[in-house]
Amino acid sequence: MRRLADLYDALDQTTSTNAKVEALTRYFQQAPPEDAAWALYFLTGQKLKRLLTTKLLVGWTQELTGIPDWLFAEVYASVGDLAEVIALLLDTLERPSEPEELPLSVWLEQRLLPLRTKPPTEQREQVVSWWRAMPRREVFLLDKMLTGELRVGVSSTLVVRALAKVLELPASDVAHRLMGTWTPSRAFFERLVSKDGADVDRSRPYPFYLASPLEQPPASLGAPRDWLVEWKWDGIRGQLIHRQGDTFLWSRGEELITDRFPEITAAASTLPEGTVLDGEVLAYEDGKPLPFARLQRRIGRQKLTPKVLAEAPAAFIVYDLLELGGVDQRALPLRERRAKLEALLEDHPRFPISPAVEAAGWEALASTRDESRERNVEGFMLKRWDSTYQTGRKRGDWWKWKVDPFTVDAVLLYAQPGHGRRSSLYTDYTFAVWRGDDLLPVTKAYSGLTDEEIGRLDRWIRAHTREKFGPVRSVEPEQVFELHFEAIQPSPRHKSGLALRFPRIARWRTDKQPRDADTLDSLEELLHDSA
Amino acid sequence: MVPPGTPRYLKRTVDAPTPSQVRRPLVTVTPQGLFCEPGGFHIDPWRPVERAVITHAHADHARPGSQRYLGTRTGEALLRRRLGADAVIDSLEQGERRTLGDVTVSLHPAGHVLGSAQVRIEHRGEVWVVSGDYKRAPDPTCAPFEPVRCHTFITEATFGLPIYRWEAPRAVAEDLVRWWDANRARGRSAVLFCYALGKAQRVLAELARLTDRTVFVHGAVHALVEVYRDAGVAMLPTRLVSDVEKGTSFAGALVLAPPSAGGSTWMRRFGEAETGFASGWMRVRGNRRRRGFDRGFVLSDHADWADLLRTVEETGAEQVLTTHGHAEPLARYLRERGLDAAPLATPFEGEAED
Repeated sequence: MRRLADLYDALDQTTSTNAKVEALTRYFQQAPPEDAAWALYFLTGQKLKRLLTTKLLVGWTQELTGIPDWLFAEVYASVGDLAEVIALLLDTLERPSEPEELPLSVWLEQRLLPLRTKPPTEQREQVVSWWRAMPRREVFLLDKMLTGELRVGVSSTLVVRALAKVLELPASDVAHRLMGTWTPSRAFFERLVSKDGADVDRSRPYPFYLASPLEQPPASLGAPRDWLVEWKWDGIRGQLIHRQGDTFLWSRGEELITDRFPEITAAASTLPEGTVLDGEVLAYEDGKPLPFARLQRRIGRQKLTPKVLAEAPAAFIVYDLLELGGVDQRALPLRERRAKLEALLEDHPRFPISPAVEAAGWEALASTRDESRERNVEGFMLKRWDSTYQTGRKRGDWWKWKVDPFTVDAVLLYAQPGHGRRSSLYTDYTFAVWRGDDLLPVTKAYSGLTDEEIGRLDRWIRAHTREKFGPVRSVEPEQVFELHFEAIQPSPRHKSGLALRFPRIARWRTDKQPRDADTLDSLEELLHDSA
Repeated sequence: MVPPGTPRYLKRTVDAPTPSQVRRPLVTVTPQGLFCEPGGFHIDPWRPVERAVITHAHADHARPGSQRYLGTRTGEALLRRRLGADAVIDSLEQGERRTLGDVTVSLHPAGHVLGSAQVRIEHRGEVWVVSGDYKRAPDPTCAPFEPVRCHTFITEATFGLPIYRWEAPRAVAEDLVRWWDANRARGRSAVLFCYALGKAQRVLAELARLTDRTVFVHGAVHALVEVYRDAGVAMLPTRLVSDVEKGTSFAGALVLAPPSAGGSTWMRRFGEAETGFASGWMRVRGNRRRRGFDRGFVLSDHADWADLLRTVEETGAEQVLTTHGHAEPLARYLRERGLDAAPLATPFEGEAED
């Protein structure tokens, strides 16, 4: 556990990428494989299912420290991280000068995981005895593990880079070996670091290749004939695997969603053995995509009744061919992959290939792009015909050329502190538009301001608070912000009757008065236009 | 009727008053700041007034423009720097009594920075103490805090939450030296941000017990280090960054600079540097991370939670008014422990400097 705490501190105490990779490399070289497997599990963002409720942990902390409920809430609002609050409050406990040290794998396998099935009194006794014996930084990590929230502030790209350095393998190989689900164990880690690593789990997906937003004029990309232009479908990016008679559907978030889309899975059984496709899961009817909201409704349902399936029939629109006949195709240029894909799917009408959009030139494409909203798509994808299928977000060969977002001018009405890094700042904002003489909240937005603006707005909020409701403050309705969003849909759960998709702050309109903000009517018009 | 749970302090005018309660409060909040009416003076006023009693020379406590000032003898040089050559400044020795209007005023060590004081006000047998900023942790650069018995204690509450608990300054200093050494070993400079008045000198004095190496300082820090040296405070030798010849490497150096220097072009000369911040705010991880410091060193010139509670107890005050920072939770906690406590309504201030 101490080694993990050292690693956590080393990662936490530097803003330098190189120093982070160095710390990770050192860890993987030194840690025993059974511990390294667990560290890797957390470093790649995987989480334990919660072992205890936070309510229990809070209660035990209060018993040990005599902190009343209201004060605990006050402290939590100021820190924004439960594990940290507990570790800080328990700092008053007497601790042994020579704390006990156990390997990470022993902590997890012999202490933490068995906790789940124990009766509450025993859980309490154990956790409290650990708290009393551990240094503060380890209490913090322990609490994070108990609540299933241990995230280490490091991107998986850096973890992969460090592992690749230790294993002397290309980063893309390491990324692939880490895909899918795996159990953190000595055996797993040893297989991971073995030179051949050939023992491929048949469900294992390839790392997704992600496009970067196009910020320069498309003409700067050169001749249009070098590019495949596709619609940017608004669904769930997925990877469909058919190997050894089984089918697996992965989302881009590396979540297995096979069971959520039985119609796609069933169709996949007709694919040849050893096929892996990259594509988009869409609600799709009569050869046309339905609005994302339809798919979203379906995702929200626990039971997939025939009615739900009929309301939002799903299809898998195919982008790319990653594996054919069990052979990795990613190193081939897109032109060749696409040709093989067309040949493969010729007799599979259930798997439409995302069509190439033909146009005379960039200008013609730009005007075609304006049809995006009517087509329920988000704009274009531009893929270089020569490109291999790469790993992660690599700039240069794949671009997303999105349609301009919707905008609305809205008034800041409420604010509350953010979490983690932003826990002591008001960064969680609620915005309103006019309905007659009233301001009606329509959306929240968190991102889009610079650090300097966040600081300035935070000071303004504190100085112009009207009322406090727990952590939430209502403020003078004076500040106008231009918000951007991707779509608008009806929502019975919101007072305004509508919900914005991907809202973010585009600009702080200090040049505008609250009266200049938009009205609910204008948003409702958008809603009708896009329906 | 007043609602249940209203502090007794606020109920005064409603409950049947006893003779002693008929008295008006000795200190009230006015648009200019804390005001002692029978004494005819303000304490650390926000706006220019006729007569200002100043607890210490930090910018949010000592503002220019008032007609006359009263402060401590040890703090006079710092106050003069802040207020300018023309300011009319009277000084008192710590504990020396002075009659102002109908009250007797004296200043007592607050342990915050050089020359910092609490203000004791006595009026017909009733004693109020305004703490100003204070701390109880040892500090080689200033006189330690002295608890003063009083009826009403106006206490700061900058760190008035139980998560704030300070380690021994000695341990923090050792940690600082380890950080400096680690950067030296890698040929990097270590830039430690800290407030130019008080914290920087405290760091230099704490480190003087562990090493004798020279520390580089920003101009804003340098000027105040000189004032501390004149006052006889022992600190590490310092060199002004701007005195160093252009192109000289700062590899292995420790540099002290005010937080405002962070991210400025001034930083470029240090090349590959690690940054740290010495402040009580560094107790919470999110504070450090959002400001982008590599390291946080928890070293505060304010009292932590336990010391706030201990100090309130040691004053023997029947009534406690809280101000700055987490004034509300501290007052409520004290009320629940049976004290007559309430937050003192003061206008908005940002996160206090520490």
